[in-house]
Amino acid sequence: METIKIQGTEDTPKIILDSENEVMEISGRSLPEDVSAFYEPVLNWLNEYAENPNKKTIFNFKLTYFNTASSKLLLDILMKLEEMHENGNDILIRWHYPEDDEDMEEAGEEYADIVDVPFEQVGYSA
Amino acid sequence: MDRNKDIKGFLEFVYEFYKTMKAHEITLVYEGEITHQITKAFTSLTESNMAKDDEAGSVQRKVFHVMVECLQNISKHAEDFTSDDYLFSGRGIFLVSKGEDEYSVTTGNAIENDRIEELTEMLEQINKMDKDELKQLYKRQMKEGRLSEKGGAGLGFIDIKRKTGKELEYHFLPISDDTSFFLLTSTISREEL
Repeated sequence: METIKIQGTEDTPKIILDSENEVMEISGRSLPEDVSAFYEPVLNWLNEYAENPNKKTIFNFKLTYFNTASSKLLLDILMKLEEMHENGNDILIRWHYPEDDEDMEEAGEEYADIVDVPFEQVGYSA
Repeated sequence: MDRNKDIKGFLEFVYEFYKTMKAHEITLVYEGEITHQITKAFTSLTESNMAKDDEAGSVQRKVFHVMVECLQNISKHAEDFTSDDYLFSGRGIFLVSKGEDEYSVTTGNAIENDRIEELTEMLEQINKMDKDELKQLYKRQMKEGRLSEKGGAGLGFIDIKRKTGKELEYHFLPISDDTSFFLLTSTISREEL
């Protein structure tokens, strides 16, 4: 399956979706001009991945900032992973947040409340 | 002779304008079309100024959040208008001021009068809510709210109130029979929470 690697910029996150090496990560800042268009390849990739996923899937979010428009798209990604979990797949979300950023920590807690999927919060020192 | 007088008058106006800006502690002011490029430029400018001033990380993040949501409110709702008047093409005024105790971010843009009621209701509802109610509303909107074509999720105002913990101050001033100028100010405390 195709690997997606997108370099991060000042307004878009770095994205790695690599099924073969089992690396799935969205990191950095997210305030793209057109959120739907930006995240469309990610959702398409997940749809394809869901048809034949690895034994265990760990999806990492390591965002330092996202705007409200991105928050909806992040939820779409999480809901896709929730759906895979409901279909019996072994899924784990790792939500990384800078230790001194309560808002980012809380954002993770909120997502964990909304979606029914194993969810791990990981604080790191910036 | 007249031309010289005009120029002098204009330059004096510029100086008055400068003094007014200083008096109101305005650090950034812009009038014009608000695009994604402008949003990026202003946020990065303000970010580097705050870093230079050793502003607390949490304050920097809050100011950044509020600026992005305010600017995107204008740029994203620009196309909701039916009017082809230049006032409605995503233009507006944008101000950042920095006082002793707080930052404030102010936007002003023209809107059609039929939106006043809806905006007032939304802002009043958000202003009345406490932390937990806002959290529930945000979650609900995120789940149920459809994205408008350009990606506005209607979450911006809620996010500003949540991040700043302060009421959103707003005001409508009449432009014509059908249109008004919508002003919105958010304040961010410089005290580290």
